[in-house]
Amino acid sequence: MTNGISKNENIVYDVKGLNLWYGEDQALKDINLEIEKNKVTAIIGPSGCGKSTFIKTMNRMIENIPIVRTTGKILYHGQDIFDKSVRVEELRTKVGMVFQKPNPFPKSIFENVVYGPRIHGIKDKALLMEIAETSLKSAALWDEVKDRLNDNAYGLSGGQQQRLCIARCLAVQPDVILMDEPTSALDPIATFKIEELIDSLKKDYTISIVTHSMQQAARISDKTAFFLMGELIEFDKTSVIFSNPADKRTEDYITGRFG
Amino acid sequence: MNQETNYARKDSRMMMKDINQKLPDFKVNSERIARRVKLNNFLKHVFSMSTLFAIIVLAVLLYRIGADSLGWLNLGFLSRNLSIFPEKAGIYGAIIGSVYLMLIVIPVTTILGVSTAIYLEEYAAKGKVQDFIKINISNLASVPSVIFGLLGLTVFGRILNLGSSILAGGLTMSLLVLPIVVVASQEAIRAVPGFLREASYAMGADKWTTVRKVVLPVALPGILTGSILAMSRAIGETAPLVVLGIPTLILKIPSTIMDDFTALPIQIYYWTLDTVLTPEYANLAAATIVVLLVVLFVMNSAAIIIRNKFQKRF
Repeated sequence: MTNGISKNENIVYDVKGLNLWYGEDQALKDINLEIEKNKVTAIIGPSGCGKSTFIKTMNRMIENIPIVRTTGKILYHGQDIFDKSVRVEELRTKVGMVFQKPNPFPKSIFENVVYGPRIHGIKDKALLMEIAETSLKSAALWDEVKDRLNDNAYGLSGGQQQRLCIARCLAVQPDVILMDEPTSALDPIATFKIEELIDSLKKDYTISIVTHSMQQAARISDKTAFFLMGELIEFDKTSVIFSNPADKRTEDYITGRFG
Repeated sequence: MNQETNYARKDSRMMMKDINQKLPDFKVNSERIARRVKLNNFLKHVFSMSTLFAIIVLAVLLYRIGADSLGWLNLGFLSRNLSIFPEKAGIYGAIIGSVYLMLIVIPVTTILGVSTAIYLEEYAAKGKVQDFIKINISNLASVPSVIFGLLGLTVFGRILNLGSSILAGGLTMSLLVLPIVVVASQEAIRAVPGFLREASYAMGADKWTTVRKVVLPVALPGILTGSILAMSRAIGETAPLVVLGIPTLILKIPSTIMDDFTALPIQIYYWTLDTVLTPEYANLAAATIVVLLVVLFVMNSAAIIIRNKFQKRF
């Protein structure tokens, strides 16, 4: 992916005129947005506004739904991800994803973390162990699970499972981590831990997070995008969005007048 | 980022005005309740009698077979070969025949059946054509076995000139139970939660990797259960083999899959036919039925144990 169109090294994603339809229903309308390196970009908006659709388009997971159709461009480091030469499998090793509901495999904790490296061809036991340890440490889970790496992942609590999913994602050594409401199924303490984790991860990764909670967006993000009915209404620094939004609809949403 | 986080919550007062509305009045009719309680009691008896009826029929059947087989079912019966003299006859050849049959049916149906299920569930584009194929596979599962026998006779027996060999019988049986394996495997694969596939795809796994490392391991107990039940059907089926024209008296123990053979259900069938001339054949048939029932019982128990042990909840 060495197409030097991107003028700025700091721009990881450059979305240009993205439209998306589910059959006849248009879910995203002319989205233009840039995602910066080593920043946390929050995507907020009421249910059904297209925020999850948008984040799933960035690693083309949305294409698992057969009726989806898109136009426009998403440049990832200058390369259009919809280009025929781009393999989704390769894109997704660079762009990891964490889902709404923790979704570990029904395997051991260790096997969960090394799933990615294994499918990408790493067989060396010692190397896999090293990857597992580093990833679990980065996901702030190592101390809690180091003595039971061979236990089934479903024995962990919900919050631990979600951090395991983050560790599993990190083990593939992505560049970007997409998070689709990663704390919506978790209690406040587990949520707090994940938020702390996101803060510590952003020095090494570019993170884009969809969240239902405006407080969460305000706490953890550097920039915030507000979506409404498939349109990007406003995109700015989080501090601006939450203190001095330019659009009336943004203000109505963040002050709780609807949604 | 130390933002002021005290944003106003959603205005809930708007919903409050709907809550205190009154329900329309209606009277509780105690006669009606009494009637319904009576009906319930009556139906309870109907249901329990139906169950009892089934159990009694089964018990009578088992008793008669057990009584008939008494004194005939012993180690000698299991280890001797066929004979026209009842007291010298055994089912060793039929057991070997049934085992050979399974050695063909198991690999053929699991490989073809699971592959078909993987294709239909994971690869085939969802649409009308695929639905049509799925419905027809389910329909095939309920086609009478004698029809599969005719198909086997035409294709394997005559066109491919396999006669009434083990291979012809095995392939015919495979066709018969293949739809069952496909449907059971499809259900097992469909029961694997989508979020597990998503997790795998999101790490850059292709479809086959995902199927092999995530979908199949989770679906395996279901596939195994379905396959075992299909095998127990194949082991007990008679009609397709009768149509293929298995000879009545096979004195040679089969040694290759091209040999003629006899199997347990066939032996029961032929012995039952000849009870008029030789009444002791009824005892031989009963003893064989007991053997077959034990085999089926073991297989079905294995299926249930696998299902209960590996059932995963998400």
